[in-house]
Amino acid sequence: MNRSLVFRSASDRWSVKLNTRVLIVTLTLAGLLVISSVLALASGSHPTSFMDVLGTLAAPARSELALIILEIRLPRVIMAILVGGALGSAGLILQGLVRNPLASPDVIGITSGASAAAVLFLWLGGVTGTSLLLAPVAMGGAFTVALCITALAWQRGISPARLVLVGVGLAAALTAVTTLLLVLSPDSTAMNAYIWLTGSLYASQWHDVTALAPWLVVCWPLALIKLRHLDAQSMGEDMARGLGSALQGHRLLFLVLAVALAGSAVAYGGAVGFIGLIAPHMARRLVTSGHTGLLPIAALIGALILLYADWIGRVAFIPRDLPAGIFVAGIGAPFFVYLLYRLRRELA
Amino acid sequence: MLTSLLARTSGTLICLGLLLVAMVSSLAFGHIPVSLDMLVTSLLDYDSGSLEHLVIRTERFSRTVTAMIVGAGLAIAGVLMQTLTRNPLASPGILGINAGAMFFVVVGATLFSLTSPSELVWAAFTGAATAAFLVYFLGQEAGRGISPVRTVLAGVAVTALFVSFAQGLLILNQDRFESILFWLAGSVSGRELDAIAPLLPGFFLALLIALLLSRQLNLLGLDDEVIRGLGLRVGQVRLLIGLVVIVLAGTSVAMAGLIGFVGLIVPHMARGIFGTDHRWLLPLSAILGATLLLAADTVARLVIPPQEIPVGVMTALLGTPLFLHLARHVRKVS
Repeated sequence: MNRSLVFRSASDRWSVKLNTRVLIVTLTLAGLLVISSVLALASGSHPTSFMDVLGTLAAPARSELALIILEIRLPRVIMAILVGGALGSAGLILQGLVRNPLASPDVIGITSGASAAAVLFLWLGGVTGTSLLLAPVAMGGAFTVALCITALAWQRGISPARLVLVGVGLAAALTAVTTLLLVLSPDSTAMNAYIWLTGSLYASQWHDVTALAPWLVVCWPLALIKLRHLDAQSMGEDMARGLGSALQGHRLLFLVLAVALAGSAVAYGGAVGFIGLIAPHMARRLVTSGHTGLLPIAALIGALILLYADWIGRVAFIPRDLPAGIFVAGIGAPFFVYLLYRLRRELA
Repeated sequence: MLTSLLARTSGTLICLGLLLVAMVSSLAFGHIPVSLDMLVTSLLDYDSGSLEHLVIRTERFSRTVTAMIVGAGLAIAGVLMQTLTRNPLASPGILGINAGAMFFVVVGATLFSLTSPSELVWAAFTGAATAAFLVYFLGQEAGRGISPVRTVLAGVAVTALFVSFAQGLLILNQDRFESILFWLAGSVSGRELDAIAPLLPGFFLALLIALLLSRQLNLLGLDDEVIRGLGLRVGQVRLLIGLVVIVLAGTSVAMAGLIGFVGLIVPHMARGIFGTDHRWLLPLSAILGATLLLAADTVARLVIPPQEIPVGVMTALLGTPLFLHLARHVRKVS
């Protein structure tokens, strides 16, 4: 059933084992993502045909059509893919780290940290949500919160259970602060902040893509190399130590990875919830594999979810452009109920 | 901890005294300060021409009553849930019950244009029950029963679900922004006495049932097998307690929106003072809950006049340190 391809270097210094099913699923999802992206590029308030899109992508010309596709729609589609992918993989890493299927960046407070920082920034500046500083500020919030969580949960090392509970507590406090700031702001700022909080990719531009991409270029390969240690940890602390994994060091590393992925995604894409919770579960339904194999699949699924959610929000209610976060929750809720049913059945 | 009957009685009296102080300050302090004399005359000899009398009778009196009911309801619900799940972190706010009720209330208020609390309360019950059901089933772990960490995570996930739905509705109905934000932020102001009166019979009935169940609640701390051996119908008692929790939390949310952490803090305070006997714990939690919410609401009015801090924010900021303290000391790891 689970056949693998093994590649070895001539000197046996390294080897890579690829599960064929993982490979097939990854390629299928990637293909689906490419096709969906092109379709998403072709639709919008200004109708463009499928062939127009392909033509413009192949040979960019200076036309109105090229402007719409290359400068407005393409960055937004790419942002949806990157943000969704980052959230999906952050969720996978966190669920593995905490060893609990219900953990996710929004549950343990990382998203709340970014949100509180962003809303504070909007409140202080009283500006619209397009300021260039907003994303770094949100990112700073995410890292500060992660630092606080780690510091508060540290008792001779990190215990996953404490990490979660402390995160939940801090998330509640930060949500309260966010609500307070919203109530104190004038209505227009509050609405702006609210749209950011729900998660909207409206008016994404190339500089957002170029700011977000480096984080992912660093985090994803690092995660792929290191995630095998998470497999060792999932067998229990003693087993992980016995297998020679530096337990606490790796826990810290995975936490940093998850925060960097989720924090950067939230900073540039807004506080989209749920992708980090559901994408890893969908990945696990598709393949049985260690975390290394699950990572690309969870990332692709996250990307697909956000791409579709943003697409619906952009196209279904023209002329209104609704935040993708609403539709992510719409897709996430039915799956959440299904998850509940599965967990229940596993119990019996 | 107070153990003798005398100490407990005097403790109770002190708590009642505190409640009285909190009530008076809730009536007296605010944007327009009112002297004690004025307060008494406004209640006994109402003069509709006086601004102070008007403020007290129309605005602050109903606000004080709402805060007391909501505080007591959430505190009792917290005690019941902590006993029921044997989880020190349980409370209607953390386990998602309030969020479920809030979302259904928001749906009722925006999509079906319900306005009076007596209509909204049914939506709140439905939501509270839905959330309770979800969390109960998600919180169970194969072979190991209900695990504290898992239950909390399930509650938080359910909360996230309902809150994000409510936010979605908020963005879709931008013209009702203020009213939805009221439910999300939680507030005890702006509720007229006539409007909340229909909710009171059900609320007090639930409170009474909770008090009558004190002995059974004391037993629930024991092992399931021991309880059965003592002749308690565990399933029925649990179900009844669950229903009481849903009524108490649902009523509170229908009156005041999302107010967290009262149900978490108060039971721990009361248990620290009076021990784990529910015959003392339940009434004292109700008194302390009412006092806490009154005090939080009064302070929320005074910090940054003329604006008010939503009382839900106040309680969250008060409750977080306690939650973190408890979280660091939960012994049973998932």
